[in-house]
This record gives sequence, structure tokens and C-alpha cells, in this order.
Amino acid sequence: MRPKLKFLDQALIERIVSEALDLLATLGLEVQNGNAAALLGDHGAGVDIAKGRVTLPESLVLDAVKKAPSGFELFDVLGNRTHDLSGDNVHFTPGSSGISVLDSETGTMRTPVTGDFVRFTKLTSRLPHIDAASTAFICSDVPEQIQDSYRLFLCLLYGEKPVVTGAFTIESYRLMRDLQIAVRGSADALAMKPLTIFSVCPTAPLKWSDVTAQNLLDCAADSVPVEFISMPLTGFMGPVTLVGSLVQHTAETLSGVVLSQLANPGTPVLYGGSPAAFDMRYETTPMGAVETQMIDCAYSEIGKHLGMPTQAYIGLSDSKALDAQAGLETSMGATLAALAGINSISGPGMLDFESCISCEKLVVDHEICAMAKRMEQGIEPKDDFPARPHFEEMLEEGHLLISDHTRKHLRSEHYFPGPVIERANLSRWREEGSTTLDERARTEVSRHLSEYEPSRLNEDARRELTRLMTTEAARYGMDELPARDGD
Amino acid sequence: MSILETIASHLERGEHDEVRALTETALAESIDAATVLDEGLIAGMQVVGEQFRKHEIFLPDVLMAAKAMNAGLEILEPHLSAADIKSQGKIVIGTVKGDLHDIGKNLVGIMLAGAGFDVIDLGKDVPPERFVDAAAESDANVIGMSALLTTTMPSMKTVVDLVKSRGLDGSVRTVIGGAPVTEEYANEIGADGYSFDAANAVECVKRLVEG
Ligand code: B1M
Repeated sequence: MRPKLKFLDQALIERIVSEALDLLATLGLEVQNGNAAALLGDHGAGVDIAKGRVTLPESLVLDAVKKAPSGFELFDVLGNRTHDLSGDNVHFTPGSSGISVLDSETGTMRTPVTGDFVRFTKLTSRLPHIDAASTAFICSDVPEQIQDSYRLFLCLLYGEKPVVTGAFTIESYRLMRDLQIAVRGSADALAMKPLTIFSVCPTAPLKWSDVTAQNLLDCAADSVPVEFISMPLTGFMGPVTLVGSLVQHTAETLSGVVLSQLANPGTPVLYGGSPAAFDMRYETTPMGAVETQMIDCAYSEIGKHLGMPTQAYIGLSDSKALDAQAGLETSMGATLAALAGINSISGPGMLDFESCISCEKLVVDHEICAMAKRMEQGIEPKDDFPARPHFEEMLEEGHLLISDHTRKHLRSEHYFPGPVIERANLSRWREEGSTTLDERARTEVSRHLSEYEPSRLNEDARRELTRLMTTEAARYGMDELPARDGD
Repeated sequence: MSILETIASHLERGEHDEVRALTETALAESIDAATVLDEGLIAGMQVVGEQFRKHEIFLPDVLMAAKAMNAGLEILEPHLSAADIKSQGKIVIGTVKGDLHDIGKNLVGIMLAGAGFDVIDLGKDVPPERFVDAAAESDANVIGMSALLTTTMPSMKTVVDLVKSRGLDGSVRTVIGGAPVTEEYANEIGADGYSFDAANAVECVKRLVEG
């Protein structure tokens, strides 16, 4: 049996959805993008130009929900299937769009540059339980206008995994699409085998900004999957209660579903989000708060009830260092998310309210992800019945170390963590240098980086990626991209 | 407890109806309006600021107290001389061009207004010229800018430079904030102040206005 976490009963889910439908039909949305407003208007939405609001009749929303796929697949740069985002399948991806990196040497946060991004992407490519890459942070050594697309370029060049990403402007989308086409060969091939997921974020409450709405329409036109990132902040930009925030999240996310399915029926979507239990003492948006994580798991239940695959920013920490708080918040989130069956879990490697990325944290979190995945597989009998023969063998041999049953199931039944998790006895731990988690994580990062193998993406595609990025950089005054090792 | 202390303690609890009624009573008892302001309302607000910094009370409590302060001020205003009610200063605030994050900026605006500043909120995605034009037109003392994206921070420098090139740097000070913004960045671009949260922004703007 797959263990399954539930916070909401059926009646509560239905009530939340019906309240959200009522919000959409009566108060409606503020839509700041003309194309999106026109599209909604053409399909029966009420467009009140004077008030600047668009109301969505219930039938329009329910129709869109029906058209939204119940799942979709992702493929790596080589075209191999890596993700089946359906059912309760769980996949992890590093947190994205950080502002800083935690420097491995000094342990302090600083502004990232290209070298940091390459390092992080190489590391991600080495970790089997981190299923996708992400455009994890911004490189400050390229012009602002290309800082969003440049991250995708580096991900596609140094890693093979699909990428969770997003554009910061309307203009950036074009290059970010072309980079993907460079990998796949054609727009059709890209539509057949999605390579990325784009974050599109409605603004609380019930608003679609020009940028976000256009990004959504553009992705839909190309059948590029999107994840809706609605962010109610409890008691501030959202009701203080978890149920109230869920109503808002449902309404905002459903409005995204409507836009995507009107723009291109069947556009792959993730019912996602990054709500936060707003901290009224510090004016912050904690991702490690238990209530944040409860809202995440609960909206995932609603998304599943509506028949869509889900996503959340969970499994990350608000701590500023790789410390016990980082471990506890990340593992609580990752565990809950895996038990809730959230299909794409964004967060590993991240600290400081979605602001900071750490390589060392990623290798620690990788173990958390692996354990969460193991747990999610649940407890199943494996040649266990009848039980008596195993016990007869144990009594006869004195142990089961070399029994067929042990040898057959040892490696699949148990997850053996890598060296960052300390499981030696005290004397051996001392003999091996009495290392701390931080030291072991640093050693692991170095080992992975030294064992990194370049992406197998073909030379033509690599050249085209570089040509596209170099041309774009030149438009903004940078004639040569920053030097990267190995090139 | 004197009536002024009672006003202060109701203000601390955010009880605006009581503050309004007691302010009227104090005036009826011929207590000087400026004294009610200083020893009742402002004294209460100072306690609130202190309690918030120590996390004894939360953001909604501060905002309720500010609302109570305003209720009392409305009663006092007709009785105060121009010098007594002088606004703390005028600040033009907004989120910089290309950036749609306005939650932090709004909070800073609310707290500044609560602290008695005249706040002109230009909204989000504000082009550099608009900050400077608005400050010049309204005779503002301070321009406050917020950025949450690393990609939009350079717009802050453009504003700081514009303030200088238009010769306004004698009269208009600049303050910046937002998740990716740091004190070092403020120094680097020549902004006059940096703040990391709303209460800190109030202190910073006060310092800048007092010069
Ligand atoms: C005048 O003087 C002053 C003085 C002090 C000042 C000040 C000015 N301004 C702020 N302060 C200070 O005082 C305030 C009160 O304490 C504080 O303000 P804050 O704003 O810091 O604090 C608020 C009270 C609460 N905090 C917040 O409101 C920000 C929280 C996070 C999660 C966040 C939110 C909520 C949103 N977002 Co966005 N968002 C993130 C944020 C993560 C983070 N780590 O901050 C960040 C900033 N976002 C990011 C991104 C990438 C984006 N967001 C986007 C959209 C959104 C929402 C609309 C969903 C929503 C904003 C809603 C709104 N109305 O503002 C998109 C932006 C589009 C655009 N062009 O602007 C988009 C581009 C999404 C995408 N497509 O990928 C990241 C920035 C990446 C970077 N390196 O620059 C980000 C760090 C999250 C992440 N890791 O992805 C202080 O900073």
C-alpha cells in the first residue's frame, strides 16, 4: 500500500472548490494583459472594462478543468523519458531563482556568478534522486536582460535532465523557447517531448500581471508545460486561516487552468504553488512553517480531486546556514510532500525563503529525497509469506546474512545513504576524522564535481545553443559570454 | 492613571473608539492639544514600536495602534498649531521598473503612513523618471524604492543618478530596500539609505528627513 497523507475530507474539498468558483464568477480577476482578457471575453467570460475585472462563469472553469491533462511526461536533452507526472508519482527538483549562493569555502552568502551556476548544474546532474534541474539562481556577471534565459542555456549545456524554469519578462520567453528547440531540433519535436516546465505566478489576490499572463499564453501556444505558482500569504495577502488561503489558492490556480486550456486545449499544467504562512513578527514568507507545508499538501489534494498533477515549493528551509533547522524544515517538507504524492517537489538545495542556493545543502537534501522516495514506496510483502521457513533458516544457520531472501531483497528493500549521512559507530567515526555534516557535504560536493561527466547532447545542438546565447548577449552589449571551465 | 496615560494604553491596544472618545474628553478638560499629542498619542506609539521590535506584539497590532493614533489625531488637528501637526515628511515610494513585487513596498508605505509621513505611492513597475518627477512635483523629502528581482535593481541606480543630474540631491534623499538589496549595494550606487524591513524603514526615513 502506498502511504497517503490527507488533510481534507471530501466534503471540505468540494466546499473549497465551490467557494473558489463563486469568487471567480462574482468578484472575478484583474487581468492586466490584453490578449488574455480578450481570450477570456471571447469564450464567455464577463469583461468589465471600466472596473478592469473579468468574471469566469462556472461552466467555463469546469470545462477547462476537463480539458487539462491528468498527467504528462518530461524528457531529458537526449529525448529519454525521465518524468511521469501523473498519479502519485513523486519527483524532486532543486529550488529555483535564488538571489544568492552559500559560498562553500566561507559559509557566507554572496552574489552568484557563472562559475557557481555551472558547478550547481554539474552537481545536480550527478544526483539520481534529484530528478530535474532548475534555473536555480541568477548569474550577476551577464547583463540583466539575459539573466533569466542564460540560466536555461547553462542548464541545457551542462546537464541532461529536464529543467524547471521561468521567464522574468515577456521578451525573454522567445529565446528560452529557441534554446529548447535547439536541443530538440524543431518546435514540433519540442511539443512532443517537453523539456522544461515554466513557472507562471498569478498575483494575490486574483490578479494576472501582463508578464505572467503573456508567459502563460506563449507557453501554451508551444505546448510547453507550466506550473501555476499561486502565493496567498496568510493574514496579509490571503485569509489568515488555512481553509481561507486554500479557497484563494484554488480560485487563482483555476483561473490559470482556464487561461491555459483556452489558449491551447490540452496544454500540460501542474497544479502548483508557493503559499506562505506569513510571519507577522518578521514580515517574512517562511517555507519551513508547518502551516505553509499543510497548505501545500492540502491544495495538492484539491488539484488531484480536480484531476491534475501537482507541484509545490516544499522541502526547503528558511535557515541561513546548513544547520539543524535546515535539516528539520527540509525533511519535514519533503516527507509530507512525498506522502501527499505531490508530483513535482521544488525546494532541495534552498535556504532563506527561496533566496539562497547551496551545493552542500543539495547533497544533504538528496539523501532526504531518497529517503522520502523510499518511504513513499510503502511496506509490501516480498517473499515474506509463509514466514516460518525464514525463521527455520535463521534458527538453523544462526543468522540470515547469506540467505537467498536477504540477498534477493537487501538492496531494493533498504536505501543505503551516501557518506554525508553518518552511520558508523563512534570509534570508527573518530578514526575517520570525527567529521561534521558540513565537512562531509563539502567532500561529497568535491567528489561529485571531480567525477562529473559532460552532457551527451550532440555537438550541433551545443553549438546552436551557444550561438543563440552569444547573439542575445551581444544585443545587450556583451560580446563574449563569461569564460567557463571545460570550454 | 492619568487620562493621558489611559489614552496611551488604549492606543497600545489599538482601541480607536476609546482613543477618539478620551481625546475629546481630554480637550474638554482643557488639556493642551499639543500635550495630548505628545504624552498621549506619541507616547503610546513609542511603546508600540518598542514592543514590536521585541516581538511582544505583531504587525496587525502595530497597524491597529496606528489606526487609533489617527483617530485621536483627527480630533486634535483643529486644536493644534501648524507647527504641532507638521507632517514628519513626504516620501514618494514605488517598486522599480520591470518589477511587480509590491507586497514589501506596500507594507513599508503602511508603516510610514502610520508613523505620520505623507506617503505618495507610485505603485509598481515605476520608470526612473517618474520617481524623480513625482518627488520634484510634490516637494518630497525622500524617494523610496523597492526591488525584489536582481534583474531590476540597476533601475535604482538610474534614479539615484537622475536625482543628482537634476540637481535635486540637496533636497531629496533616496532609500532602497527589497530581498536582493543590501547596504553595500546602497553605498555602491550612492543611495542615502537602506532598510531591511518596514520598522527599520521608518527609522531610516526619519533619520534622513531630520538630516
Ligand atoms: C523604500 O524603501 C524600502 C525599504 C525597505 C524595503 C523596501 C523598500 N522594499 C522592501 N523592503 C523591506 O521591507 C519589507 C517589509 O519587511 C520587505 O519586503 P519583502 O518584499 O522582502 O517582504 C515582503 C513583506 C514579503 N515577501 C514578498 O512579498 C516576496 C516573497 C516572494 C516569495 C515572491 C512573491 C510573493 C511573488 N513573486 Co517573486 N517572490 C519572490 C519572493 C521570495 C523572497 N525570498 O523574497 C522572489 C523575489 N520572486 C522571484 C521571481 C523569480 C519571480 N517572482 C514573480 C512573481 C511573484 C508573485 C506575483 C507571485 C508574488 C508577488 C506579489 C506581489 N504583489 O508582490 C515573477 C516576477 C515578475 C516580475 N517581472 O516582477 C518571477 C520572475 C517568477 C518567475 N516567472 O519565475 C525570485 C527572484 C529571483 C531573482 N534572483 O531576482 C524570488 C526570490 C523567489 C524565487 N526564488 O523564485 C523588505 O525587503
